[in-house]
Amino acid sequence: MMSQEKIAKEMFLPAEVDATKSEEISKPSLNYWQDAWLRVKKNKGAIVSMVILVLLTIMALVGPLLTNYGIDQQNIKHNNLPPRIPVLEKVSWLPFDGDLTRKNGDVYNAYEMKNVDNYYWLGTDSLGRDIFTRLWKGTQVSLYIAFLAAAIDMVIGVLYGAISGFVGGKTDNFMQRITEILVGIPNLIVVILMIIVMDPGILSITIALTITGWVGMARVIRAQVLKLKSQEYVLAARTLGLSNGKIISKHLVPNLAGVIIINTMFTIPNAIFFEAFLSFIGLGLQPPLASLGTLIDDGFKVLQLYPYQMIIPAIVISLIMICFNMVADGLRDALDPKMRD
Amino acid sequence: MTKILEVNDLHISFHTFSGEVQAIRGVNFDLNKGETLAIVGESGSGKSVTSKAIMRLLPESNSDIKNGEILFEGKDLTKLSDKNMQKVRGKDISMIFQDPMTSLNPTMTVGKQIIEPIVKHQKLSKAAAKKRAIEILELVGIANPEERFKQYPHQFSGGMRQRVVIAIALACNPKVLIADEPTTALDVTIQAQILELMKDLQKKIDTSIIFITHDLGVVANVADRVAVMYGGKIVEIGTVDEVFYNPQHPYTWGLISSMPTLDTEDEELYAIPGTPPNLLHPPKGDAFAPRNEYAMKIDLEEQPPMFKVSDTHYAATWLLHPDAPKVEPPPAVQRRQRQFLDIKEGK
Amino acid sequence: MAKYLTQRFVYMVITLFLIASLTFFLMKIIPGTPFSNASKLSEAQLSIMIDKYGLDEPVPVQYANYLLNLLKGDLGVSFQFNNVGVTDIIVNSMGPSATLGALAILFGTFFGIILGVISALKQNTWVDYSSTFIAVLGKSIPSFVFAGLLQYYVGVKLGWFPVAFWRGPEYMVLPTIALAMFPLATASRFVRTEMIEVMESDYITLAKAKGASWFEIAFKHALRNALIPVVTVLGPLVVSLMTGSLVIEKIFGIPGIGEQFVKSITINDYPVIMGTTLLFAALFVVVILIVDLLYGVIDPRIRLAGGKK
Repeated sequence: MMSQEKIAKEMFLPAEVDATKSEEISKPSLNYWQDAWLRVKKNKGAIVSMVILVLLTIMALVGPLLTNYGIDQQNIKHNNLPPRIPVLEKVSWLPFDGDLTRKNGDVYNAYEMKNVDNYYWLGTDSLGRDIFTRLWKGTQVSLYIAFLAAAIDMVIGVLYGAISGFVGGKTDNFMQRITEILVGIPNLIVVILMIIVMDPGILSITIALTITGWVGMARVIRAQVLKLKSQEYVLAARTLGLSNGKIISKHLVPNLAGVIIINTMFTIPNAIFFEAFLSFIGLGLQPPLASLGTLIDDGFKVLQLYPYQMIIPAIVISLIMICFNMVADGLRDALDPKMRD
Repeated sequence: MTKILEVNDLHISFHTFSGEVQAIRGVNFDLNKGETLAIVGESGSGKSVTSKAIMRLLPESNSDIKNGEILFEGKDLTKLSDKNMQKVRGKDISMIFQDPMTSLNPTMTVGKQIIEPIVKHQKLSKAAAKKRAIEILELVGIANPEERFKQYPHQFSGGMRQRVVIAIALACNPKVLIADEPTTALDVTIQAQILELMKDLQKKIDTSIIFITHDLGVVANVADRVAVMYGGKIVEIGTVDEVFYNPQHPYTWGLISSMPTLDTEDEELYAIPGTPPNLLHPPKGDAFAPRNEYAMKIDLEEQPPMFKVSDTHYAATWLLHPDAPKVEPPPAVQRRQRQFLDIKEGK
Repeated sequence: MAKYLTQRFVYMVITLFLIASLTFFLMKIIPGTPFSNASKLSEAQLSIMIDKYGLDEPVPVQYANYLLNLLKGDLGVSFQFNNVGVTDIIVNSMGPSATLGALAILFGTFFGIILGVISALKQNTWVDYSSTFIAVLGKSIPSFVFAGLLQYYVGVKLGWFPVAFWRGPEYMVLPTIALAMFPLATASRFVRTEMIEVMESDYITLAKAKGASWFEIAFKHALRNALIPVVTVLGPLVVSLMTGSLVIEKIFGIPGIGEQFVKSITINDYPVIMGTTLLFAALFVVVILIVDLLYGVIDPRIRLAGGKK
């Protein structure tokens, strides 16, 4: 086993060794958010979803302004026209040529039949309103309701949960009993009852969604606060004489931020779903207001004759829901401190 | 003495996001029939990876045996098919894990978990297997084995659970038992009981044991031979007396000096400076060199080979090279070396 | 255990009482219900209301009567449907809803579990990716959108299954698929996560060290442990079934409670709306209780620890 090759004598002179060198930190030090962002970036689905969501939001804001048609501008002569887009209409395999199929399989061009020269990019509905304009206006309304509901849920839920968890004792006990009862009532029931009492409108739907919607957030926050409170570094901070305010701002808030963001990201698609659901069962926004839900509901009524009227808003709502879920999943994976190595 | 297990030039790497981590970098050792070999080292030294490699329990998705062989009774375990490996696991070689709180299936009765390998490997009937399981439970010192047989793990204390894990490992009278830090998660009093039990059982069943630990105090108690691991390599191997009383490698010196003993007088307890090497980018020379106060230039350039100290004692340090200067080991080690001479002369 | 049970039961009763009270007072507030607008009622209807609830007496008496009637299982009278009892309406439309719900949860969770186990065991392969894709779609696409598209493409265009109504097994296929998507997606995601976690646990390594085969490890050791937490998502699943049944019964013209409910909303049939609401609430509360008890049955740690959480 002994190595027999000749080794120069001077090699056996003492070497300069600095033991502290090995304690150098080789990994660049990243704070929580930088680290989380690195993780999110690795998740291609989440990034693509974010981009799509941004694009959809931009379209929801500027889309209705891109056409010459008003949201509620009816033109009965131009009703039920399928999508037709200049240039793209020449591409035969794209459904933008204004063709419709009869029940017996005949294909005809609805624009030629009705002698219409206008281009309705995504077609018109049964009252001759431009679907492109209504689609983006509807997306705007749906997103508005969802963001508003999520924001209200967040504020109430975080406050309630944080107070309950941080104060503890009898207060916590009492507040817990309330949430336990509220959790027992299905969301669906509360929302429907509230809409029946209040007439459906943007505000009333938002309120209905938030009446019990905040409970989930409150419970998560309370659990998190309780966990953090008993964490040793918080106890240590307390022993060192840190004030309550400092503990909240230095230790609790940064650790709660992740949970709050993740939860909110799941609330938004849920609110979009519920709004659309209410429209579909006849408790949605009333005309002339449009939302993705009312568009789908209108489209469903003529699904067999003019499928595009339902498919178009269906694609948009599905896209929004998928993207929000993907982003939420991605954020959950990224922000979960347990996953940090 | 017959060799039952031989590990030759084992290299294992893990593929991580940051790159290839060379966890094991050329490990050689053998295990004789009926002996206990302790593998000592700090976390990350590769001792657990070595033991898992013998059982082929490393995650297939990201680990890779780059080189080397693991010979069990002459056959290379690294080349066995999954099916044949299953026949070895639990029957010829079995394993005890560190944390008894998590190593038992919470939804299966203890009895069922002991029976499983018996039915599988010894092809006994359910009733015969149950009889055998109850015998083993009694053997590992569990009172009311028949009653306990039907219970779930959460009804057992930590020490009791580790006894059950030992019972499972010994159910088929394995030829080799690998104990991966079996007492680390236990209270000190329970530790002693479990060690006592293992020593006792080894005599009864005549199995060879690989005992993995970071606790030198435990080693002196149970082992016949000791291998010290550092940075994915064995740096010193020898009998317990040789390694404890006549250590040669500066790392072993560090380990021994940092162990409090009754005759440690006023001097401060020693702490090895620095941190273990990053095996993502292993150093060119001796992995211990950056923490070694006796380091020589060659240590930074070239990895030391195993130098022979005695027939049973080898150490990988350039200090043993004939051209190397004589150095004074730390006082605690010198004291031990004097005791070692006394022991030798006393014989 | 007994203490825990009683406590849970008390909560259940309080919740139901609150919902019942809420529905009663809503009936008093909302204009156009039999409780708030007696002048619209016919002679015969008014006498039913006086008879049943004491409509000519003070509100507390009406409230007490209402609660007493509920205890007897009497949910009131629908004046839109020839003065038929709401309980009768619900009982008559229960069959299709229950069948559809049971089919959806059975198929959904069954295939969801299989999908979840496969993708956990074949982690990061194309099987895993495609099942993740299915799960994301199933979780994200609203059931009525999915049902509408299914009806149009598979029913109308391909003509494989009947487009609507409820007249035999072949009529059940499309609505069941539509309703089962969410349970399938939820179960598969959940089982996948749990299974991956369980497969990395020490006791699975020990099982491997015992020489257990891949099959024994996956199905004897891992699956049961992975399935225990799945019980916790049964609650949300039942809610999704209720929500889903409303729209899917409407889309496929299934004569169930959901369709009845949507119809009642459009014609402002308040007694039916309130009655169904109460039924849904009761169903939900009972399911949550059953889920909690079930959890104890499957997990020996809870079962023997005497209901401690």
